[in-house]
Amino acid sequence: MFKPEITIHSDDPRVQEFLERIENGEKIEVDDWMPDDYRLQLIKLIAMHGISEIMGAFPEKEWVPKAPTLKRKLSLMAKVQDEVGHGQLLIRVAEDLMHPLGKTREDLIEDLFSGRLKFHNVFHMPAPSWADAALIGWLVDGAAIVTQKMLAHTSYAPYARALKRIILEERFHAYHGEDMVIALGDGTEQQREMMQDALNRWWPALLMFFGPPENGEIKSNQEINIRYKIRSKTNEELRQEFLDKYVPQIRALGLEVPDDNIYYDETKKQWVYTHPDYTYLRDVIAKNQGPRSQNRLNLRKIGFDNNEWVREALLHNQKAIS
Amino acid sequence: MVKKYNTPEEAKQDQQYLDTLKELIFQLADDDLLISHRGSEWLGLAPHIEEDVAYSSITQNTMGHAAMLYELLEELGVGKADDLAHLRKPEEYRNARLVERVNGTGDYKENPDYDFGYAIIRNYAYELFKKIRLEALQQSSFVPLADTARKIKREQYYHLYHWEVWIDQLAHSTDEAQKRLNNAIQKTWEDVASLFDLGPKGDQIVEYGLLESGEMLKKKFMDQFKAKMENSGLIWPGEPQPLSETGREGRHSEEFVDALNHLSEVYKMDPQASW
Repeated sequence: MFKPEITIHSDDPRVQEFLERIENGEKIEVDDWMPDDYRLQLIKLIAMHGISEIMGAFPEKEWVPKAPTLKRKLSLMAKVQDEVGHGQLLIRVAEDLMHPLGKTREDLIEDLFSGRLKFHNVFHMPAPSWADAALIGWLVDGAAIVTQKMLAHTSYAPYARALKRIILEERFHAYHGEDMVIALGDGTEQQREMMQDALNRWWPALLMFFGPPENGEIKSNQEINIRYKIRSKTNEELRQEFLDKYVPQIRALGLEVPDDNIYYDETKKQWVYTHPDYTYLRDVIAKNQGPRSQNRLNLRKIGFDNNEWVREALLHNQKAIS
Repeated sequence: MVKKYNTPEEAKQDQQYLDTLKELIFQLADDDLLISHRGSEWLGLAPHIEEDVAYSSITQNTMGHAAMLYELLEELGVGKADDLAHLRKPEEYRNARLVERVNGTGDYKENPDYDFGYAIIRNYAYELFKKIRLEALQQSSFVPLADTARKIKREQYYHLYHWEVWIDQLAHSTDEAQKRLNNAIQKTWEDVASLFDLGPKGDQIVEYGLLESGEMLKKKFMDQFKAKMENSGLIWPGEPQPLSETGREGRHSEEFVDALNHLSEVYKMDPQASW
């Protein structure tokens, strides 16, 4: 992957102009001049987002053929198809940014297989029951909406436009997920147990979704993101928003938040909760050693390798035309 | 002039007609259910992202067609649509062998070794047949079925077109692509005859004006398939062998039983529950 440079070449007058545009709240378009570290940071962020949408199809894919009713089969298929569509949309945005660097979509896929390009932590987790599919639809999509709503104000216009469309669809997904969760939560004892089990299983991953808390120490990466207005909130702020929104909803469904210590601190106006083990992100997930990391990478690779002949054939046609 | 039945209630007045009609709609619904199930196993494994989106959209539409047809059966008093799709015994399913075949070897979650060449040709064959059958169904004596066929056909046009484009793109490309498509045609041909079989009530289906004969469907199919192969420089395999066993009589493969177990696994945990 492209290692972002931390230093900004401030002697270039264009950098100052660019920063002024950002300060004024202007949006940057693909053909505008931009500092290298802005471009690289965007590529890293958007490629990871795009590839995560695509890898995110795999845990849900496991349940598409098994979805319980005709209606659920239809809606889950539609949902997973949307996610792959989001992946496509985002990868197109990343491709345009990579173009001046002579990089293509194939490079992204190669980076995914080699481990240089990460996919989101939640998609490394197992989804052993139908209730996991419901929970992913509700809370993983719910968490994604929290992050994406913030990113929709990003300074890079093509990303903001893609996100606006994605958020619209994600809202439907969250309703769809909520509907599946309600059916289970209001269902038989067996169904309620399935649902609670899935929530217990996913809770640490959902908290990790937003990344480690900053505790006052903003990393250089984030600093670039915030200075360039690529993003506007910290990990912890986003996690608090998620808890604000979903803890009451989880309880309203008669489910238990699997954290005995969680409470809302009225004076500080924030949630106090048991933090998951964030080192797991760095030591396990980031190395693609999560419970289903290799399986899902392997599926992607099988699809890629088995269809090489198709891509070659298409390329052959293009050459014949040109 | 065959008698038309305008509503499920009218059809229910005539037991023999009703039995024949049910037999036919199960063939239509089960065909779509199984091919869509196989499509859903392909999710995330297509040659490129754009194809993943397109193929899963087709799969989703097709599951929608199956749902419309099971609902027709529900209106005819046969049972709840979801029960019909998920709870029948394997020998009660009426789909053609071609649509139940596995996509390749391996499990869809672990190690799927799927052949996109077979996906192209099998789906092309099924969609071509489905178009011909839908055109005939638009004249069906059961008016709600004719209306449903018209609705389905509007979407189905694009499904057939999709697989035709793949054939056009690949047939004249590399030697390997051509070889794979020809192999896939051979493999499809092992089961293709299963499509034209109208099952044990085939004669009544035709007499009642529900659908034209399997012979007619087959002739139209073969003419169009052959033309496509010849225009694409692919090898026309000739007349397919007649089959000794038929899915329309409820005789299915092991692969079918696996598929059925998968697609009904969750629903069967508690069919009374709301999912």
